[in-house]
Amino acid sequence: MSIDISTVVKIAHLARLKVPPEEQQKVAADMNRILSWMEQLNEVDVANVEPLANVNDRTLRMRDDVVNDGDKAEDILANAPSRTADFFVVPKVVE
Amino acid sequence: MSKLTDLTVTEAVAGLAKKEFSAVEITDAHLAAVERAQPALNAFITTTPNVARKQAQESDARRAAGKAGAMDGIPIAIKDLYCTKGVRTTAASNILNDFKPTYESTVTEKLFDAGAVMLGKVNLDEFAMGSSTTTSAFNPTISPWSGSDPANAARKLVPGGSSGGSAAAVAARCAMAATGTDTGGSIRQPASVTGIVGIKPTYGRCSRWGIIAFASSLDQAGPMTRSVADAALMLRVMAGFDTKDSTSVDMPVPDYTAAIGQSVKGMKIGIPREYRIDGMDKQTDDLWQKGAAMLRDAGAEVIEISLPHTKYALPVYYIIAPAEASSNLARYDGVRFGMRVPGEDLIGLYENTRGAGFGKEVRRRILIGTYVLSAGYYDAYYLRAQKVRRRIRNDFDEAFKKCDVILAPTAPGTAFAIGEKQDDPIQMYLEDVFTVTLNLAGLPGISVPVALASNGLPMGLQLIGRAFDEMTLFKAASALEKAAGFTAKPPFVG
Repeated sequence: MSIDISTVVKIAHLARLKVPPEEQQKVAADMNRILSWMEQLNEVDVANVEPLANVNDRTLRMRDDVVNDGDKAEDILANAPSRTADFFVVPKVVE
Repeated sequence: MSKLTDLTVTEAVAGLAKKEFSAVEITDAHLAAVERAQPALNAFITTTPNVARKQAQESDARRAAGKAGAMDGIPIAIKDLYCTKGVRTTAASNILNDFKPTYESTVTEKLFDAGAVMLGKVNLDEFAMGSSTTTSAFNPTISPWSGSDPANAARKLVPGGSSGGSAAAVAARCAMAATGTDTGGSIRQPASVTGIVGIKPTYGRCSRWGIIAFASSLDQAGPMTRSVADAALMLRVMAGFDTKDSTSVDMPVPDYTAAIGQSVKGMKIGIPREYRIDGMDKQTDDLWQKGAAMLRDAGAEVIEISLPHTKYALPVYYIIAPAEASSNLARYDGVRFGMRVPGEDLIGLYENTRGAGFGKEVRRRILIGTYVLSAGYYDAYYLRAQKVRRRIRNDFDEAFKKCDVILAPTAPGTAFAIGEKQDDPIQMYLEDVFTVTLNLAGLPGISVPVALASNGLPMGLQLIGRAFDEMTLFKAASALEKAAGFTAKPPFVG
């Protein structure tokens, strides 16, 4: 398996991250090097091993389904790059 | 009386209680040290002298009223990954260049409730991704140990990373202590290369709420100090259950300071044979043996143990951490907060903002993370990494049936120079070879400064404990600290 420029473009788009054309070759080379280094994991026998996502292996706590926060529109909008009234402003999405 | 900036937290707490000096006096002494060091070291991204003076005055008033907290009047630095209400918080990234949180992280709130004084926000690798503090968008931090080696006096050394600003500030006597965060070694490796103490507690001990997320299943907060007793005191303040972090664990927090100075007689110290890696630095190996001998002389029993999957920890980490990061960093979209770069449509705005706002290493990790989670590769990379992660954890479970604490090196060597290890990302990743295993297993680890290498630079050793058994870890660390008697100061301090 090897990452080519078209894969870099595809992954970059999935990540919504612009990678300028002049950097794509280098990014592909770095990714190939890192991913081939990871291939060593194929040596490990993982048959019948459960994946580990949470080290404490506990069921996450449930909390009561009650409103305990809110009325913070100003706090939420305080760092907005662009706002109008209580809304974030973005480029037009629907024609 | 020694200089106020040379005091440890423990000494300062005692001195404040005896009214030998005031919080305002020690805060002013540290603010002056920060001002002097900042042009040379660049440890801080934002200094907050006005906040510090106000907090120090309030501290003195509390003390006069007999209401002083556990860290009342202690001047500390906060890693710029912790959200601080009304104070710019950047994660050392251009994408958060002008972000002022409207809330306080749980850990900083606990520190301030205990009376700590904030000197400012300290530098780090961008989004805590790195081992050198050179990926910061606010320029690298320089280690106060630069110039120790007469043969290389002009080399500017890194303070390690990602908590490099924290390490430099504490080592340079600018801050009495600092907060760090550790996802793969980011507290312990900088502590080791700057000659200070740093502990990553058990996953779940400290709340992650309000700390900018890198890899949520690995991130933990912890203290960085100049003594083991200080780390014990400060961790007790930082730790504790928090309903705002679903992975925070509801367990009592013991008084860790009670472990300091206790005997390690009969304690079983494990030496993992797989940590003796190919091409290991001779001085690192010698230091490790010396540390084992120190603990043996103190009455502990040293035994060999095996952690067979050690060599797979780094590749597992570099799948899981970027995968989680790619998801966590999806929130930086140029819409709700942070930097915005316009585009011809909404997708263009996202892509331009993120392309311009994130630095090279962060972009690389987002792309790797996106790739290993993408359709067709998820099972081959991410799921397999999670399975190997369990085998790594099982190794520790087996080892801790035979020993109480594990002794290992913290970092592969001493501090390197700025600009080194930059061409090949894997070279930089290897800095974490001895530290990442713990994050994957969720275990606590502490780095204790032990000796100077032949180049005059500090080296630490790492102790690893059972989950939630920080008490035993502090006991062993305190014995190692006492035996090592590390008192060297960086040349910057003189």
